[in-house]
Amino acid sequence: MDPVLKIEDLCVDFETRRGLLRVLDHINLHVAPGESLGVVGESGCGKSMTALSIMRLIPSPPGRISEGRVLLKEKNLLGISEKQMRDVRGNEISMIFQEPMTSLNPVFKVGMQISENIQRHQGVSKSEAKERAIQMMRAVRIPAANRRIRQYPHELSGGMRQRVMIAMALSCEPSVLIADEPTTALDVTVQAQIFDLLQDIKERMNTAIILITHDMGVIAEVTQRVVVMYAGHKVEEGPVREIIDNPRHPYTQGLIGCAPHLKADPGQVRAALKEIPGVVPDLSQLDGKCPFRPRCPQVMPRCSEHMPSETKAGKDHFVACWAAGVAR
Amino acid sequence: MRKQELQPATIEPSRRFFEAWLMFASNKAALLGLALGMVIAFVTIFGPTIYPTDPYEMVTSPMSPPGEELLLGSDYLGRDILAGIVHGARTTVLVGFAATMFTLIIGITIGVLAGFYGGWVENLLMRVTEFFQVLPGLLLAMVLVALFSPGILTIIFAIGVVTWTPVARLTRAEFLKIKEREFVMAERAMGATNASIMWRVILPNSMPPLIVAATLGVGVAILFEAALSFLGLGDPNTYSWGYMIGASRDFIWDTWWAVTFPGIAIFLTVLSISLIGDGLNDALNPKLRLA
Repeated sequence: MDPVLKIEDLCVDFETRRGLLRVLDHINLHVAPGESLGVVGESGCGKSMTALSIMRLIPSPPGRISEGRVLLKEKNLLGISEKQMRDVRGNEISMIFQEPMTSLNPVFKVGMQISENIQRHQGVSKSEAKERAIQMMRAVRIPAANRRIRQYPHELSGGMRQRVMIAMALSCEPSVLIADEPTTALDVTVQAQIFDLLQDIKERMNTAIILITHDMGVIAEVTQRVVVMYAGHKVEEGPVREIIDNPRHPYTQGLIGCAPHLKADPGQVRAALKEIPGVVPDLSQLDGKCPFRPRCPQVMPRCSEHMPSETKAGKDHFVACWAAGVAR
Repeated sequence: MRKQELQPATIEPSRRFFEAWLMFASNKAALLGLALGMVIAFVTIFGPTIYPTDPYEMVTSPMSPPGEELLLGSDYLGRDILAGIVHGARTTVLVGFAATMFTLIIGITIGVLAGFYGGWVENLLMRVTEFFQVLPGLLLAMVLVALFSPGILTIIFAIGVVTWTPVARLTRAEFLKIKEREFVMAERAMGATNASIMWRVILPNSMPPLIVAATLGVGVAILFEAALSFLGLGDPNTYSWGYMIGASRDFIWDTWWAVTFPGIAIFLTVLSISLIGDGLNDALNPKLRLA
């Protein structure tokens, strides 16, 4: 199916006292209606930056989108006015955030916050918006929705608040939903419910979902395709089964090694968790060569000469690594 | 098993006010302030009807001491002090609230713009604020009243001009803090405009400290009005407590009651407002509030 959202060669720079930092370097990705795309990587690798660039919400200054295009159904979001962009946000593309505890305005009732978004974008009457807010809250399985609308955020549990956020994000039936670590702050049982809900919504409303997370386990459960990011670069992309069973980039292999239950080998259940040695590099130290090289177990001389380009490693499977090209 | 509809353990919104009220009510000083405030409000609203004696009228012999002919005595012209207090309350309270409103309008507007936009807007507005801050307040107010005709509107305007700076600084500080909160970004992601983020998202969240500042501001405004009237810069057509003190100041040794009772009225009013403000401060303190 044709992608509903397509990012082409997206570059984002941040002006800092130590010079210009390239936070995103030529990112390409796309997502189709009814598809869920996982974006995975450690903290500081550019996942959230990608999401914020799609929404054009990069704090500016110091941030700046310096290159590339973000195409929503053929419309370049980087070329439209701020006013037009406001009409895209929360309407055609919605975003839910990591902290449901703090993402709702504490001084207004939740029902009002949802219906306000509907009124803002759909130009319907107050009572109709309220009616639709209740429907939306039912759709995200909030019990006793017609009473909940009169509650304030602090009266709801974390899971309920995230549901309210999702209801608000979906209230205008967006074609793309970006979920930036939506369950990191929630406990595991609630986490499962939220993912279940997202899955259900994707199927019923044919929404494209971009799920940002650092948890390979979550990726394996809820997404169909994965993009692995490292230090502002896309290092691997492919169907989720393919990536998990046959990761080609050493970084992806490392991430999967950190999530033991993915390849539960009965004999090794109690084996120590693996980790990737070292930390994400300082973006000011990047030199245009492979950024993963200092931590890479398969590093070779070529890695410190050129940045590996993206090569095909299977059907819809791409990887940017010298070792991957040679090893198999 | 059938999935049953769970009933939420609702804490009704009114409960929040109830809890703030409980905090307030547990503060004895604040309750005293509130009781005092209610007495003053009663006098302001119904006093002139209950005690209709004209404060300008020379009703008795001059300088009659309290309790002899009149409850609180008369001044050097034989005017009834109690009538003056009862009728002057309206002016005092009106100026107090109107000037505070004006103060809030200037202060909040400047604070909101500076805190929200940052950069050169903030720099410029904060330098202007600091300029007004270093000017001696009473002196500037006197100059303003003297420049324009001394009327009640001029007084309100002058008090506003000299007292808005703390409000602007407080609003800006709250904005700097709250604009980094996640729900502001979430609102942006929902397509909110800058204006709606300023006035509908951040400002309502900055209200508790502003309510406290406004309450205390009423006390300050009343003192300013009294000071201006005392110095003879009050509205000549309205009777106020400050005017009474000012008018009788030459006779302070002969008619101590003519300046003391209006003084006590001012003192009690400002005290009541300060106690209420302190109580509100505790009751609305976000650290003590639920989540």
